[in-house]
Amino acid sequence: MKNGEGRRLNKGAAEDDDEEEEDDMDLEAWERSYAEDRSWEALQEDESGLLQPIDNSAIYHAQYRRRLHLLFRLLKAQILCAFIEFYELLIGLETISSEMDFKPSRMAVVAKHVEAFIREFFDQNPLSQIGLATIKDGVAHCLTDLGGSPESHIKALMGKLTCSGDSSLQNGLDLVHGFLDQIPSYGHREVLILYSALSTCDPGDIMETIQKCKKSKIRCSVIGLSAEMFICKHLCQETGGTYSVALDEFHFKELILDHAPPPPAIAEFAIANLIKMGFPQRAAEGSISICSCHKEAKVGVGYTCPRCKARVCELPTECRICGLQLVSSPHLARSYHHLFPIAPFDEVPPSRLNDAHGRSQSTCFGCQQSLVNPGNKPGLSVACPKCKKYFCLECDIYIHESLHNCPGCESFRHSKPVTASGKR
Amino acid sequence: MSVDGRGYPDYIVILVLVCDYWIPFHAKMRNPTKPFPTTLSRMLAFLNAILTLNQLNQVVVIATGCNSCDYIYDSSKATNQSFGNGRMPTLCATLLQNLEEFMTRDEQLGKGEAEERIACSLLSGSLSMALCYIQRVFRSGSLHPQPRVPIDSCYIGAQNSAFLQQASYITSGVHHKPQQLDGLFQYLLTIFATDLHSRNFLQLPKPVGVDFRASCFCHKSTIDMSYICSVCLSIFCTRHKKCSTWGSVFAKGAADLKLMKDHGNGTDLRQG
Repeated sequence: MKNGEGRRLNKGAAEDDDEEEEDDMDLEAWERSYAEDRSWEALQEDESGLLQPIDNSAIYHAQYRRRLHLLFRLLKAQILCAFIEFYELLIGLETISSEMDFKPSRMAVVAKHVEAFIREFFDQNPLSQIGLATIKDGVAHCLTDLGGSPESHIKALMGKLTCSGDSSLQNGLDLVHGFLDQIPSYGHREVLILYSALSTCDPGDIMETIQKCKKSKIRCSVIGLSAEMFICKHLCQETGGTYSVALDEFHFKELILDHAPPPPAIAEFAIANLIKMGFPQRAAEGSISICSCHKEAKVGVGYTCPRCKARVCELPTECRICGLQLVSSPHLARSYHHLFPIAPFDEVPPSRLNDAHGRSQSTCFGCQQSLVNPGNKPGLSVACPKCKKYFCLECDIYIHESLHNCPGCESFRHSKPVTASGKR
Repeated sequence: MSVDGRGYPDYIVILVLVCDYWIPFHAKMRNPTKPFPTTLSRMLAFLNAILTLNQLNQVVVIATGCNSCDYIYDSSKATNQSFGNGRMPTLCATLLQNLEEFMTRDEQLGKGEAEERIACSLLSGSLSMALCYIQRVFRSGSLHPQPRVPIDSCYIGAQNSAFLQQASYITSGVHHKPQQLDGLFQYLLTIFATDLHSRNFLQLPKPVGVDFRASCFCHKSTIDMSYICSVCLSIFCTRHKKCSTWGSVFAKGAADLKLMKDHGNGTDLRQG
């Protein structure tokens, strides 16, 4: 408080609006949270006139269910997901990227969220590969090659990323096109551009480059950090990608993490093929061997390639000796829930709860929480359309977002859904 | 499985016990003159021991039957009444009573099915229920992080379970197959009753090696080299012309090889 007052006295004859702006910046952090966050608006009156906080859980849950229904319709329409992607991430390092509108600076925020994106991406797509590239001073540079190990990309990202010069979208697209043209035909080609600039200085005709990318079946998406630009919108529309502009740091995080799960696969974009892969055994603790990735002797922890018996340190990877793609079965199993999605649960009208008898209907089948509020008022609940078991709202979200298994359907032999011949 | 989370200090154990032992037990219970399986009595002693170790410990038991899964016991709901003439602890009495009711219901569900049907485990159902319960416990805590849930597995059987080995390894749990079932109580108490904080400095059994191999979709046999469909990730042991899961037609190997040779990259070995 004292500092703020001191600075206000020093201003003298400044203009009114300037003073206000500077006042805002002079506020302590705790003051800013009151100035910006109007917490009194999150209240409402109940029937007796007492103040209650707005119950956001029902609203949040309704929004969640709308999203879920949309996603389920998409999956059910037999639009498969692109499980094997070759993903190029193009980061614009123009002068405008060093702006301080995202705290502490745009580049720091971008680097932090790109790291989170890389980890989440490899978690959801263990068979895919990422490559990083930057645009600086109008020239595109490759930061890391296409590879399947998250650590090498994150290490390159954490190095000094300085911003300068103009941006050139055409040079960036030419560079990633060169890389993505060389990949095997069964892989899906994706580019994500993080663009801060409001212009692009190109050596040639960018429309030709866009057509070249479209012909090579490269799907380009853009996340803008400043404002919407026509050329980015046009690029995304032509190649079938998505264009979004981040409003603030949290929105940017949401947008970039939306690109982590496997996107819908456009069938003609990649040829179906059988890829030979090996499932290594994990070596016993205490065994000593020379590992092929670090070229030094290591004790214990490691995997043995089933074809050439070379030792590798982590999975998934490509064996350096014989070139066999090495994965573990849990990596593949991670993607199966996209092929066999759970149907969204139906809302249960509260009146039906009152008629229900028996323990299973008055408590959530998953977590045994009571579905009846104190005072015998029925609370909100949902039911699985297949096994007809009741679940609470939190279990509904958990089951559809993380678990991907309906406990009711899995727990009863007779209602077990018929899966494809070899579901693990 | 034991649970850790920022709302709960590391030295508290919230144990959700998933029992997949009921199939042979079910058969034994049909003959009431046989004595209680000793494994069950050792398990009850183990659960009692966990509850006495710390006042804040919780125990939940989920049974996996032949045709259904259900909650059998929840220590946070248990009332403190003495049962019968006070000779049996409340936990044992409640659990056994619920177990009998569960087995009757399970048998009812199985009526009308062929007796010779091979019983396979409904473990995925009971594991899902266990995870939902653990999420609920963390929802009611002060913070809502994703809890770290190690899955410990104790294999009582003749063979080996690759699935349980993988599950315990991936979730940083402990997998153990006791060599002498007579000493089961000691194994349970020394290995599986440890809280997460103590695991940092205890020498718990480490796996000799973890079997990460998969089963092929066509023969269900375990294989270590396979062909994977690039569209749906189905696993096959030999080259097929068409994928049996989604029906994708595969490109001819030789033609694809030529395509890649023209592009001049070094991944020919992938077609291997």
